[in-house]
Amino acid sequence: MLRFVATFLACLTLAFPATAQQADAPIQQLLQSQRDIIVESSRRTIGPAIDALANSGLPEAQVVMDKWQTRQMWVNTETGLFVYAEEVDRDTLRIFDFADGTEIGEVPDDGFDQLKPNSGIRGLIGTALVQFQLSDPDPDTRRRALDAIERGAEESHLAALRASLENETDTQILARKQRLERLLTIAYGETDAERIEAIQSFDGDLGVDVRAALNPLLSVRVEAANVLPTDPDIGQMLDPGSEQLSRDDAYALLVSADLAKPRISVEDQRNALIENIADGQVAGIQVATLNSQDARDMAYAALAEQGVVTAVATEAEVDQRLANHVFYERYVGAPPEVVFAAQAALNAIENKVAINQMFDLSLDALSLASIYFLAAIGLAITFGVMGVINMAHGEFIMMGAYTGYVVQLFIPDYTLSILVAIPLAFAITFGAGVAMERLVIRWLYHRPLETLLATFGISIALQQIAKNIFGTQARPLTAPGWLDGSLVINDIVSISYIRIAIFVLALLFLALFLFVMNRTRLGLEVRAVTQNPRMAASMGINPDKINMLTFGFGSGIAGIAGVAIGLYAKVTSEMGSDYIVQSFMTVVVGGVGNIWGTLLGATMVGFLQKGIEWFNPSNTLAAQTYMILFIILFIQFRPKGIIALKGRAAEA
Amino acid sequence: MTDAALPRRQPFALRFPSVMIFLTILALFTVGVTVLSEGFGIGVISTSFIKTLGKTLCLCLVALAMDLVWGYCGILSLGHMAFFGLGGYAIGMWLMYARTEIIVLESLSAAALPPTPQEVSDGIATQIFGVVGSSEFPPIWAFAHSLPLQLAAVVLVPGLLALIFGWLAFRSRVTGVYLSILTQAMTLALSLHLFQNDSGLRGNNGLSGLQNLPGMGDTPQSIVSLWFFWASALALALGYLLCAWIVSGKFGSVIRAIRDDEARVRFLGYPVEAFKLVIFTLTAVIAGIAGALYYPQAGIVNPAEIAPIASIYLAVWVAIGGRGRLYGAVIGAAFVSLVSTWFTGGQAPDINLGFYTISWVDWWTVLLGLSFVCVTLFAPKGIGGLVDILIDRKSPNRHGADLGPDHGALREQEAEK
Repeated sequence: MLRFVATFLACLTLAFPATAQQADAPIQQLLQSQRDIIVESSRRTIGPAIDALANSGLPEAQVVMDKWQTRQMWVNTETGLFVYAEEVDRDTLRIFDFADGTEIGEVPDDGFDQLKPNSGIRGLIGTALVQFQLSDPDPDTRRRALDAIERGAEESHLAALRASLENETDTQILARKQRLERLLTIAYGETDAERIEAIQSFDGDLGVDVRAALNPLLSVRVEAANVLPTDPDIGQMLDPGSEQLSRDDAYALLVSADLAKPRISVEDQRNALIENIADGQVAGIQVATLNSQDARDMAYAALAEQGVVTAVATEAEVDQRLANHVFYERYVGAPPEVVFAAQAALNAIENKVAINQMFDLSLDALSLASIYFLAAIGLAITFGVMGVINMAHGEFIMMGAYTGYVVQLFIPDYTLSILVAIPLAFAITFGAGVAMERLVIRWLYHRPLETLLATFGISIALQQIAKNIFGTQARPLTAPGWLDGSLVINDIVSISYIRIAIFVLALLFLALFLFVMNRTRLGLEVRAVTQNPRMAASMGINPDKINMLTFGFGSGIAGIAGVAIGLYAKVTSEMGSDYIVQSFMTVVVGGVGNIWGTLLGATMVGFLQKGIEWFNPSNTLAAQTYMILFIILFIQFRPKGIIALKGRAAEA
Repeated sequence: MTDAALPRRQPFALRFPSVMIFLTILALFTVGVTVLSEGFGIGVISTSFIKTLGKTLCLCLVALAMDLVWGYCGILSLGHMAFFGLGGYAIGMWLMYARTEIIVLESLSAAALPPTPQEVSDGIATQIFGVVGSSEFPPIWAFAHSLPLQLAAVVLVPGLLALIFGWLAFRSRVTGVYLSILTQAMTLALSLHLFQNDSGLRGNNGLSGLQNLPGMGDTPQSIVSLWFFWASALALALGYLLCAWIVSGKFGSVIRAIRDDEARVRFLGYPVEAFKLVIFTLTAVIAGIAGALYYPQAGIVNPAEIAPIASIYLAVWVAIGGRGRLYGAVIGAAFVSLVSTWFTGGQAPDINLGFYTISWVDWWTVLLGLSFVCVTLFAPKGIGGLVDILIDRKSPNRHGADLGPDHGALREQEAEK
C-alpha cells in the first residue's frame, strides 16, 4: 500500500512538476513582467530587467541574479515560468522554485530552455549584485564586492554602500566601506556641499585612489572665443604654440568650431596638385617649378581661384585667426565650486607626494651611495692609503661576485651560501691581491703610471678569463628569502631589504676599516710604512710584509663588496669595469687618503646621480654622463677632493 | 745638444736617419701592396686584407699621436681613441647623409611633382633615424650636407674638446694618474652619451654603411679600398714627419723636459700648461684625422669604439712598441693589431692540452694582457728596444735619486737600464 502511494506520488510529480511551483509569488510575477527581454538576452535591452530586479527590494532577487549569472536559470517553455536547476545528467534537471528555494523535483530537460547570458550581461548582473553582496553575511563576499566597486564604480553603488554601512560589524571592512563611500561621494554625491566635504576629508591622503577620484573632476575642454567669457567655470587661458596647446591643435579647434577656414596637409595638397596636372602644368604653372613649398602654395591658390579645389587658409590667415581668438579651458568634470575644492585638495596632496618622493629619492640615493662606498672602500685602502693605483680593482669585485655564484651552485640554501661566500670571497681576493702585489706591484712602487698600465693588463686578462669560464651571459646571485620584498612606509616611500642590507654592510665596513686602521697593530704599521717606509723599517717593521698585507686587505674587501653588489646587480665579467671609474671618482672626489672623504665622496656621487635621474627618470645613461662631467668640473675647484690632507700627511 | 753649438746645421734627414728609413719602408710597402692588390695589381692580396692594412696604417697614426702625448710629454691620456672615434663620427655623418640623399632623391624623382627641400630632408631623416624611432634631424646634423664643413669638424670637434678639457685639467694642475683617470672618465662620459638614442647619433646603432662613397656606386670596393690605403699611408707619412719635426726642435726638448721634471721646467720660466695644451690638442686633431680615415674603411662607427677600453688598448700598443720613439709606436700598433686580427680571426691553430683546448679566439686577450704586464715589468722600452740592442746604443748613465718629483717621471732604476 505504502509503495503504491509512493509510486503514485512520484508519477504525479513527474507528470505535473509545475503544480508545486508558486506561480503567483512576487518574484515570479516580476520575472514574468520582464520575461520578453530576459529571454531575448541582449546586452542592449537587458538594462530595465536587471534594474527592476535590483530595485525590487525582494530578498529572492539576489538568488535570481546569482543563478542567472551562473547560467543556472531555466525557463519552462510551456508555462513560461522561471526556475533554477541543477543538471543531474545530460537529460535530467533537478529544478527549484525561486520563491522559497524548495526543490520541485527531477524532470527531463526537454520542456525547459537554459538562459545563457553573454559576458556583457553577466557583467551588468554582477554590478547589480554588488548591493546584495555588500550586506552578505560572509565577509569574503563583502570584500569581493568592495573589490568590484573599486574596479568599476557606479552611481548606484553609492546608495547601496551607504545602506550597508550601518550593519557592518567587521571594523576593517567598515573602514574600507567608509573610505569607498567618501570616494564615491566625490564622484556621485548629490549636493555640491556633500562632495566638497568628501573632498576635504581626504586632505593630504597619499592613496592613488584619491588622486584617481579627484582627477576626473578637473577634466577640461579647450574652447576658443573672440573674448574670454566670464563664466565661473573657466580655467586658465592657453597660448597657441605653448606646451599645452600646439598651434596646429589650436587652429584645428577653430576649424571644428567653424571659426576659420580649414588648412590642408602637405600630402593632401600634393595629391590635389597631382590630380590637376594637365599638359605638364598645374593651373598654368609648370610642374617642374613646383619644387618648393611656396610654389606649391601658389599653384594651389590658383587652382582654388579657378574653383577646382576648395580654398584653404594661408599661413598669414592662420596667424591672424589665432591672434584674434582666445583659447581657454572650461571645467566639464564638475561644478566650479567642487572643481576648486578638488584643485586645492590635489595641490595639497601633490605637495605631500613631492615631499615623500624626495624622501624616497633620498633613500635610493643613500643606497646607491652605499654601493659606491662598498665598491670604493677597497680602493680607499690600496689607492688612498698605499698610493698604489689598481685598475684591476673592479675585477676583484667581479671575482667576489663569481665566488658567490659558484658557492650557490654547491650550497642550495641561500642564507648559508651567502654566509660561506663572504669569507670565501675575502680569502680568494685576498690571495689574488697578495699574489698580484708580490708578482707585479712591488716592482713598480713609486711609478704610478707603470702600475696603472700593468694593472690594466691584469684587468684585461682577468676579465677575459672570467668570460672564458663563465660565458658572457649574466649569472644570478640570489639573495636569501628573508631579503626579498621591501620595507613599505607608505604608497610612495619604500626601500627593498636588500638595499638596507647593503647600507648596513657599508656601515660595517666603515667600522671595520676604522677599527683596523686606528686600533690594531697592523693599522699602526700600515700608517707608519705609508708615512715613512725607511723610518718604519728601522723601527723593526717589515715594509714588504705590511705592503703585501695591506694590499691583500684592500683586495679582500673588494671581494666582499663583490658578493654584496652581485646580490643587487647581475654578475657578469664586465661588472668590475662598470664600477671602476666611479670608484676612482669617489676616492678622488672625497680626497685621497681619508676614509671619511671616501664616505663623503660616495654620498655625493650617489645623491648627485639620483638627483640628475630625478630630472630625467627614463635615462640613467644621461645621469651617469652628467655626473661624470660634474665630477670633472668639481675637480677643477677642489683638485684635492672634499677632504684634502694638509701638512705632512699630504706628502706621505 | 744645442743646435747653436754646431757651426752648420746638418740636413734634417741626416740628423734623424730613422725618419728617412721609416718613410722609405712605408713607400716600399705602399707600392708593394698596390702591385699585389686586386684593384691595380696581380691580385695576390684580397680587398678585405687591403682594408685591414689601410686600417692598420690609421691605427699607426693614432698610435703616433699617443706616443707624442704620452711617450714624449708624459701625459698618459686615456681619451685619444675617443678623439679618433669623434673624427670617424664627423666624416660618417657626411657619408651617411650624402649617400642617403642620393637614395631618397632617386626614389622621389619617380613622383609626379618635383620634391621640395622639406620633403627631401624629411625623407633622409626618416631613413637615417628610423632605427631610433625619430624622423627629424637633430641640431648637430646641421652641417652634415656639406663635405667641407664636416671635414672641418673632423679637425675642430676633437681639437676643441681636447682644448677645453686640457685647459680645465692642466690649469688645475691635475697630473699623473689623476689625469689618466680624468681622461678615462671623459671618455666614459662621451661613450655613455653616445649610447643614448636621443644623442642624435643613432645611439647604440652608430653610423653604418660608411664604406660606400656617395656618388661612387660604380667604383668597385677593390679600387676604393686602395684609395683609402694610399690616403692612410700618406697621412701616416705626413703625421710622422710632423711628429719628427716637433720632437726634433726646441719644442721637443721642452716637452721631453716636462715629462722628466715638470716643476723644474716651470721654474725655468716655460709655460708648462701651454706646452701641454698644445701637444694634447694637436695629438687629438691627429687622432681625429686618423679616425676619419679609419672608419670609412671599417664601414661602421658606434659608441662601443669610443669606450675607455679602446684607449687603454692604444696605450698597450704604444707601450709594447716602445714609447718615447716614434717608430716604436708605429711598430707596436701595426704588430699588435695585426697579430690581434690573426688570433681573433680564428686563423691561429688551437692548442690541445688534452684536458682543455686553448682556443685563441678566447684566450688571445688573456695573452695580450699578460704580455702587456711583462713588457711593463721587464722591457719598458718595448719592441723598439731591440733597435737599441741592434745599433748598440746605451742609455745615458744618470745617477742620483728620482729624475723628477712628478709621479710617472723616469726613475733611477729605469734610467740605468
